[in-house]
Amino acid sequence: MSLLGRLGRVDAELRTLAGWGRTAPSTARVLCPSNATEVAEALRSADDRGVIARGLGRAYGDPAQNAGGLVIDMTRLDKVHSIDADAAVVDTDAGVSLDTLMRRLLPFGLWLPVLPGTRQVSVGGAIAADIHGKAHHVEGSFCEHVLSMDLVTADGSVRTLTPEGPDAELFWATAGGMGLTGIVVRATLKLNRVETAYFKVDTDQIDNLDDLMARQSVDDEKYLESVSWFDTTTTGPHLGRGLLTRANHATLDDLPAKLRANPLRFEAPQLLTFPNIFPPGMLNKLTGRAFNELWYRKSPTKHGAIQNITQFLHPLDMFGEWNRAYGPRGFLQYQYVIPFGQEEAVKQSVRMIASSGHVSALNVLKRFGAGNQAPLSFPAPGWTLAVDLPVRRGLAELCADLDKLVLDAGGRLYLAKESRTSAEMIQRMYPRIDEWRKIRASVDPDGIFVSDMARRLRLT
Amino acid sequence: MIDAVGSPQSLLVLGGTSEIGLAVAARYARQKPLRVVLAARPSPRLDAAVDQLRALGATVSTVPFDARKPDTHEEVIEKAFADGDIDVTVVAFGVLGDQEEAWTNIDVARELAEVNYVAAVTVGVPLAERLRKQGHGSLVAISSAAGERARRSNFVYGSTKAGFDAFYTGLTYALKPHGITVSVIRPGFVKSKMTEGLKQAPLAQTPDQVADIIVSTVRNRREQAWAPAAFRPVMTVLRHVPRVIFRRLPF
Repeated sequence: MSLLGRLGRVDAELRTLAGWGRTAPSTARVLCPSNATEVAEALRSADDRGVIARGLGRAYGDPAQNAGGLVIDMTRLDKVHSIDADAAVVDTDAGVSLDTLMRRLLPFGLWLPVLPGTRQVSVGGAIAADIHGKAHHVEGSFCEHVLSMDLVTADGSVRTLTPEGPDAELFWATAGGMGLTGIVVRATLKLNRVETAYFKVDTDQIDNLDDLMARQSVDDEKYLESVSWFDTTTTGPHLGRGLLTRANHATLDDLPAKLRANPLRFEAPQLLTFPNIFPPGMLNKLTGRAFNELWYRKSPTKHGAIQNITQFLHPLDMFGEWNRAYGPRGFLQYQYVIPFGQEEAVKQSVRMIASSGHVSALNVLKRFGAGNQAPLSFPAPGWTLAVDLPVRRGLAELCADLDKLVLDAGGRLYLAKESRTSAEMIQRMYPRIDEWRKIRASVDPDGIFVSDMARRLRLT
Repeated sequence: MIDAVGSPQSLLVLGGTSEIGLAVAARYARQKPLRVVLAARPSPRLDAAVDQLRALGATVSTVPFDARKPDTHEEVIEKAFADGDIDVTVVAFGVLGDQEEAWTNIDVARELAEVNYVAAVTVGVPLAERLRKQGHGSLVAISSAAGERARRSNFVYGSTKAGFDAFYTGLTYALKPHGITVSVIRPGFVKSKMTEGLKQAPLAQTPDQVADIIVSTVRNRREQAWAPAAFRPVMTVLRHVPRVIFRRLPF
């Protein structure tokens, strides 16, 4: 690629992009700048179809694609500028993945406080979606640990934003703002300290949903990490049976002797990368039921087990491109949060999914802690549930019914996972969206930042 | 934008009184809030179609479109896209006419060729250009099984659909790198106004059945579909039947 190409004047590559669910591809010009100046330069080449930044493409739907317009691939902004071990702060480019950061930070005994279900997300993407992890009830979401960020705005200038500084409003509009306020090029993050890279895990096998939710409600605060996997294929008295797994960082004393020699070792094997050969319908009622049964049986109740990062936090990271297993029609992830006190709605949603005939293998239920001041941040006190559903006939209707249930219970959907709801739903689920729109319009009056998701849900 | 489960937010029907086109519109309107643009000659039938879709909650507008005025087609497409991106476009216009007259009367033959083939191309070119710029969307072209192999009973119609089919199948390849899925649909006999009074052929479909096939073809981003699906093996056989036998077949 020529130098001019890298600067964004020519040679932009036409690429068809989709989200992790592989459901709604569209085509855009893609530029790969490698620093903030080149990002600003690339912005200038945007036409009336606008521009959006893209990280590692792990959002399930369409927020990191821009049909007919420009997409800025951020993965070449890949430098970790400095690690301050004393202050527990890292200064990094936005295109760096959390995987890279963890590998760089662990030798210093430093730990990212918020880790989602995969390490393969970029820092910029983590900010744009204000991501959360299994530690949300203790740590909150990603942007609560961002000390500052550099944002390239529509006019091409770079602004340094802090959560409480003069541009605090823009900081919080960018947190969870799905990349529509500008392009985050660099950020400093506050870190936690750990003695080891291992977890001390308590697993409880619980044979119905009521008990699972009751159990999870009792002593979550004793654990840093807490999540349940539940079965969505079994109906009747064992509806929603599942595994409650909760953990704290293992201390040096917790480790068996052979691990103690190298307690900060990063164990993250990648076993295989899925080839792109799967026919549609691989995950059906039969295989789905078998998978759910096996998953439930594999982990009997056990307390105090020592597990590494991959075993406990990111089992799916063992498999590259696992989304291909869903075949060419793709899949979606349905994730909502429903406030505490509306447990009946949560149970109703599990009943609806279990009796729908649609099969989900990866089903997660978790209790969120407090939310933050970002108008579009997803987490709020309540239950969050996520299910992966392959696209097939009737899924539109099931999801539309779930939308109504979630809205009536005062809940909302997670934009990083969203791929099919209506603009009206989002407008009602995010009552502060008009406030966010005002802040956005003040820094992007011509509306150059736009994505397929923004068009579909009329976000801007 | 077409969402993850294949529901569009906007639909353009070229040939806005087509029963298949309207059946597709009705299906999408029931799934999600839908904006529909109907391109057709003004007529009471068009007004009725507008009312019918509005009753389903869709936002409907019309654009005057005369297939026999190719010079206006670029403008028709401009107007159809005036209110924003179009997620799904259905090319649904066409005429059948009396097939015995069609191969003996120049005017009838010419009308068939102009409407079914020439107009499909003169509207298809600006449409492809507009979709290419927008970088997403689905284009559904309603071809016909009649275009697959000329038959004694309807070869003039068949010849126009053969040209139509080749043009839109070519667009399938040309537009794919630009994020557009072109789906060529090949129905057999469809029980509609177009075929009123004709003797029903085997594997006949209703417009609703064809619409179901179109909706699922768009959802699965497939580039070709027969209606019904059984036509595919049937036509594979018919394509290879020797002429001596083929010309004696009773349809």
